[in-house]
Amino acid sequence: MMRWLPENVSSFGGDIDAILSLIYSATLAWFFLTLGAILLFLFLYRRREGRGATYIRGDKLSEAVWILIPAVIVLVLDLWIDFRGADAWAKVKGRVPSSDLRVEVTGKQFNWEIRYPGPDGKLGTADDLQLDNELHVPVNQVVRVTLKSKDVIHSFFLPNLRLKQDILPGREVEAWFQATKPGRYEMPCSELCGFGHSGMKGWLHVHPADEYQQWVRERWPSSRQGEGSKGS
Amino acid sequence: MAESAVAAGAGEVVHVHPEELGFWRTYVFSTDHKMIGKQYLFLGLFMAVVGGLLAYAIRWQLAFPDTEVPGWGFVGPEDYNALVTMHGTTMVFFVAMPILLGAFGNFLIPLMIGARDMAFPRLNRLSFWTLLGGSLVLLSSFFVPGGAASAGWTGYAPLSARPIYTGVNWGLNLWLLAHAIEFASFLMGGVNFLTTVMIMRAPGMTFFRLPILIWQLLTAAVVFLLSVGPLIAGAIMLLMDRIAGTSFFVPEGGGDPLLWQHLFWFFGHPEVYVVLLPAVGLAAEALPVFCRKPLFGYRWIIYSTLTTAILSFIVWAHHMFVSGMDPRLAMPFSFTTILISVPFAIMVFAMIATLWGGSIRFTTPMLFAVGFLSMFIVGGLTGIFNGSAPANIHVHATYFVVGHFHYTLLSGVLFGGLAGIYFWFPKMFGRMLNETLGKIHFWLTLITFNATFFPMHLLGLGGMMRRIANPMQYEFLQPLQPLNVFITVSAIGLLLAQLPFLINLVWSLAAGRPAEANPWEAATLEWSAPSPPPHGNWGEAIPVVYRGPYEYSPPEVAQDWLPQDRALAARPG
Amino acid sequence: MEASVATRTAPQILPGKVGVWWFLASEIMVFGGLISSYIVARLASSGWSAEAAHLSVPIASLNTLVLLTSSMTMVLAFGAVGRGDRRGVRTFLLCTILLGLTFLGIKAYEYSSELRAGFMPVTSPFWNFYYTMTGLHALHVLAGVITNLSLFVAARRGLRNAHRVELAGLYWHFVDVVWIFLFPLLYLT
Ligand SMILES: [Cu+2]
Ligand SMILES: [Cu+2]
Repeated sequence: MMRWLPENVSSFGGDIDAILSLIYSATLAWFFLTLGAILLFLFLYRRREGRGATYIRGDKLSEAVWILIPAVIVLVLDLWIDFRGADAWAKVKGRVPSSDLRVEVTGKQFNWEIRYPGPDGKLGTADDLQLDNELHVPVNQVVRVTLKSKDVIHSFFLPNLRLKQDILPGREVEAWFQATKPGRYEMPCSELCGFGHSGMKGWLHVHPADEYQQWVRERWPSSRQGEGSKGS
Repeated sequence: MAESAVAAGAGEVVHVHPEELGFWRTYVFSTDHKMIGKQYLFLGLFMAVVGGLLAYAIRWQLAFPDTEVPGWGFVGPEDYNALVTMHGTTMVFFVAMPILLGAFGNFLIPLMIGARDMAFPRLNRLSFWTLLGGSLVLLSSFFVPGGAASAGWTGYAPLSARPIYTGVNWGLNLWLLAHAIEFASFLMGGVNFLTTVMIMRAPGMTFFRLPILIWQLLTAAVVFLLSVGPLIAGAIMLLMDRIAGTSFFVPEGGGDPLLWQHLFWFFGHPEVYVVLLPAVGLAAEALPVFCRKPLFGYRWIIYSTLTTAILSFIVWAHHMFVSGMDPRLAMPFSFTTILISVPFAIMVFAMIATLWGGSIRFTTPMLFAVGFLSMFIVGGLTGIFNGSAPANIHVHATYFVVGHFHYTLLSGVLFGGLAGIYFWFPKMFGRMLNETLGKIHFWLTLITFNATFFPMHLLGLGGMMRRIANPMQYEFLQPLQPLNVFITVSAIGLLLAQLPFLINLVWSLAAGRPAEANPWEAATLEWSAPSPPPHGNWGEAIPVVYRGPYEYSPPEVAQDWLPQDRALAARPG
Repeated sequence: MEASVATRTAPQILPGKVGVWWFLASEIMVFGGLISSYIVARLASSGWSAEAAHLSVPIASLNTLVLLTSSMTMVLAFGAVGRGDRRGVRTFLLCTILLGLTFLGIKAYEYSSELRAGFMPVTSPFWNFYYTMTGLHALHVLAGVITNLSLFVAARRGLRNAHRVELAGLYWHFVDVVWIFLFPLLYLT
């Protein structure tokens, strides 16, 4: 089942996949146990001549332990999933690691507007660059993404990076990722945002370090310092 | 108390024979809970056909994007959003609730607790007509300029708050109005359910002798009454945003889009149990009858149900892990959400334990009850993926969620609801359904249901988003397209698999084998009334209750069931 | 007259009373949802107090007094039912109705002066909430007035359905209590 996941190319994707497979193993075991018991009982206790049903009400504690003990096991598994999950959650959504690589992604019906801060590393200055639906980042570096929306709720989804974050108009939502493998990854919107929702998508381009420098030089040819401030 | 009640009752009984009433009094203005229950059933089934046709158009578009849907026409992206919105709204509010609560609640509550009718028969009539009005408003929204609502069944603001964002104006207003009417209808219904069970029980019918279905309906009614208020408030605010131009949910005017989500899901999650608990109850009624064995852990099921009801009020933000709310809230809500698996596990284990040591008859209602139990287990287990905050990051708003809630909600309506229909049809209409057709219906439904909804989990893990009209627009989804085609074929199969049922229904209504009063040899009170029960349900005397509802194969009698209302000469120790 | 079969049990509690309490429980959740939304929205932003200052506390205080008095006359009407005093029932119901209408009249005057001063429902989040909350409350008052009016008319022919005065009273007190919450939350903060 886990092989249906898209290839993971982010630093925290492995943690999420580990939670997914933990839950998968636990639930699969319960699936076989319960469905197995149902099928077994249906077979064993099918109606047969000369054999009546056993009169058990199961209200007394001594009988009810047969359902209460499995329920306690469920509880223990729940807590395990929660505790393991808390770490993964804190890593992805808890605190955003600092980085001087910042971009601003603005959702609008029905495009992603991506603003790069340019050589000065600051958004909202003259050297900002805006591209539609194209997010370029270097591999193995933490990228901070400031998410905004111009109209309705959109959701910034990177299936290969196990990152999903809804974007609320009127607020700025912070997200981050660290891509671990160069390539081109799809970046759809995953929250219904109007008639053009289907097909609202961009591309994340993860470049190897040198290729990324090349891209920066092409975009900001005038700036010699550009690479430096980008923090290699 | 018991004696005085009987004495008081005997004098008041008035016999009215339905054949003396004309058409209007029998169908339109009847206050008989049984007639009203049947009307809910047929309304729900009719709306299910509507919702099913919407599903067909949705599935066709997904499998063969931008080709003409046979018998329907071309589905554009705006149409597609309206289809998914209306499919969800129709199925949850106008199919699941009318069938599981309206039909079974109204038909069975008085019969199962030993009352002659609901506490407020005329309010009952009014609530049905209100629901019918709501259904008509919802259906009419397809035909207004701009088309039907298209902001999702969750109606997230600000998409839903300003007509410019969807291009839908009146469709969405009517959609809100239909909700308001539906809520009013089920508020009346819920008040009626609760009052009836609280004060109309037959002599001897203590709370711990009530059938489990009554407990589930009661809990569902309380949960509905207490959770729908905030959404009504939210709907008023949304309507103000749309019509008066306020900005409750629109950030430009200082509003907060997240507020809508909180109000919606404060109701939305409990609503899942409003639908699910009666389905559990329906299956739990059929199991002991066909195992000839008491329902295992009756009291534990009740305690679990009540626990679930309480927990359902503190889990709503699990729908909002990635919504942009404070991420520190996620783990507490993840914890409460996953905790709900414990009471549900107890209910499931109790039902499985009921099978143990039984003498199992594989009748159609039994098959559907076991089918519900099995599908519900799958739905519960996949819920853990959604409920875990980090896992939710990946599966949120994908087909994994769609698969999950169809395994819970649709299994409730389809398997739970059908178990109920096959089980009580003889009581409702005085005729038996055809068993062979019923079994064909069951196996076809079971196979096509799983073939339709299980692969959705795989699509969701693969990242396929909900509510996209054309998966082929995404390169990473193109390799998954064969799965979409497979699902669509299965879904069409699932719809066609309901034909044997419809044929069975129509044929048996007209010419089915007449049913005796207690064809399944069941112990609960409704089976002590004739099939179908007359106006007033019982003749001169109301039954007196001596014991719990599931006395099957008790040691003290030779017969393998002991009805709730049979007095035994010697009191069992 | 009622064609349906009479109910068998002689319940100790009036069914209507149980029903009304459950109905009120859901109503509490409606206003609870609205009021909590207001409180949360207000805590999350600033500047609302300045806008609330434009409301007229004297008028609202007067209105509070009117509504409280109407609750008292409703209690008196119920007391008259207990004594079988038909004239008393009618008199006190009429008082309650007139006080309810007075409340609505004063509220309408208040709205119109606010609207004249340029405070529209769309002016700001505070006014969004103000008009929606008080408007919904006013609709509830109107519903109560209509209910009381129907009881007033019915009482002309006797006290057969006079137990409904108690049910209407429960509802009327609820509407009153909601106002007791709205008044400080909107006017005094
Ligand atoms: Cu979008
Ligand atoms: Cu939920």
